[in-house]
Amino acid sequence: MPSSTDTAVPVHTRRDRFDPAGELRLMAGGEPVTRIDGGPQAGDVPVWLVTGYAEVRQVLGDHRRFSTRRRFGARTAPDGPRPDELVGQLLDYDPPEHTRLRQFLTPEFTLRRMRRLEPGITALVTEHLDAMERSGPPADLMAAYASPVPGAALCQFIGVPRDDRADFLRRCHAFLAAGRGRRRRAAAGELLSRYIAALVARRREDPDDGFLGMLARDHGDRITDAELRGVCVLLVLAGLDNVSGMLGLGTLLLLGHPGQLALMRDDPAAVDGAVDELLRYLTVPHAPTPRTALEDVEVGGRLIRAGEHVVCSLPMANRDGALLAEPDRFDITREPAAHVAFGHGVHHCLGATMARMELRIAFPALLRRFPGLRLAVPESEVPFRVHALAHGVDRLPVTW
Amino acid sequence: MSWEIHVDRARCAGSGLCLAQVPAVFDQSEDDGKVLLNTPAPEPALAAAVRTAAGRCPSGAITLHETGPDAGGV
Ligand code: HEM
Ligand code: SF4
Repeated sequence: MPSSTDTAVPVHTRRDRFDPAGELRLMAGGEPVTRIDGGPQAGDVPVWLVTGYAEVRQVLGDHRRFSTRRRFGARTAPDGPRPDELVGQLLDYDPPEHTRLRQFLTPEFTLRRMRRLEPGITALVTEHLDAMERSGPPADLMAAYASPVPGAALCQFIGVPRDDRADFLRRCHAFLAAGRGRRRRAAAGELLSRYIAALVARRREDPDDGFLGMLARDHGDRITDAELRGVCVLLVLAGLDNVSGMLGLGTLLLLGHPGQLALMRDDPAAVDGAVDELLRYLTVPHAPTPRTALEDVEVGGRLIRAGEHVVCSLPMANRDGALLAEPDRFDITREPAAHVAFGHGVHHCLGATMARMELRIAFPALLRRFPGLRLAVPESEVPFRVHALAHGVDRLPVTW
Repeated sequence: MSWEIHVDRARCAGSGLCLAQVPAVFDQSEDDGKVLLNTPAPEPALAAAVRTAAGRCPSGAITLHETGPDAGGV
């Protein structure tokens, strides 16, 4: 079985169960910024790995000097036209282009909007727990709950019609599972894009009160079809595996900490802090979009030159003593820390409020429904995700 | 000591974090999703919460300023 410590896996994505991999820590060796082998994609261009908390905030907070435009392994000229498949993908935009596009989207992600979405999410969480209870025990928590709940939530948010949801999510998961193989990925992306393009056309004609419908109604003449499509593809890339990874990995972690599990289950006042600590401790995204320095910048005592690439390790930053004391201790009763699990700066996760809401609802609901929840296999047999954008487990066999 | 909050709406990334933490002080516009201030000078009891919110703001859009006679930025 491949493990996430395989050397074929880029070093910054390696994990040892819940922790950043030992060799990642060794390599960093207490240095906040180190050179890494960027692999064939980077060619001769130096690649820096940033693992310190303050240094990660410095890089992500400085969009003037660190660009996200896809220059890393880019086939097109850096300042040439954006390839079709990246149009609308906010993470490929720098201000002021980024500012223009993001301003249309932020109103759809406010706390008030999320509160309107909340009853629907609670309902679909209940629906999935009912189904799990009817057909188990045992169950694979990923297939029965952790993966379909964020999927259904995203469908509801975007405004994917009920009858289309199964088909849409199949296309999403095929795209997310296609991995790094360029051809397979392009084919799966094309299938997903085609569905989304049709939905965009439909919502232009007949806007509902979902994300796409609201955007089409409020900003229809200022945002293009290609941008709407790209934004939706980004929501799929950013909003599914991150949340399902959190739910699966978080449940596994809590099962190993029965006292904290009981606290999260029984004390509603503990839930917000618990979700934040789970986000920090697990930090499922390995890294944000690689940045490219636009001028020479000193970071953590090292000189990063214009044109060089920078990869930030979010899990390492969130385990830095500069962020909080005893960073390797998992403790849901901590004061919430200013962690970077959702990134930092202008690209700070647009879906953070939505993700937090999903986790706040889904964890306690699961733990309350099945107070006897436990693993159905020895812990060593739980397969951790490898080669995925977000850390997590592939399957989580549980019983109750 | 008296103090005042400034929010830089141009910088705000619309994360909604601050109003989730201190709803008495921060709000969020329905129009652009960005931060709004309910009051620039909340009661002293909220100072610690506001300071934490400023530290957690992902875009550094929240700053606190002393407004006493020999005030400097914080
Ligand atoms: C636990 C769940 C999640 C985590 C840990 C997470 C993490 C992140 C991180 C680290 C970034 C910054 C990437 C960078 O700087 O390159 C980001 C950006 C983004 N996320 Fe999330 N995310 C989560 C859930 C979601 C959800 C549910 C959605 C939407 C439905 C979403 C939508 C986005 C978007 C659109 C961006 C790009 C923002 C921009 O470029 O301005 N995320 N996310
Ligand atoms: S925390 Fe900062 S970025 Fe988020 S809404 Fe408040 S001011 Fe804006």
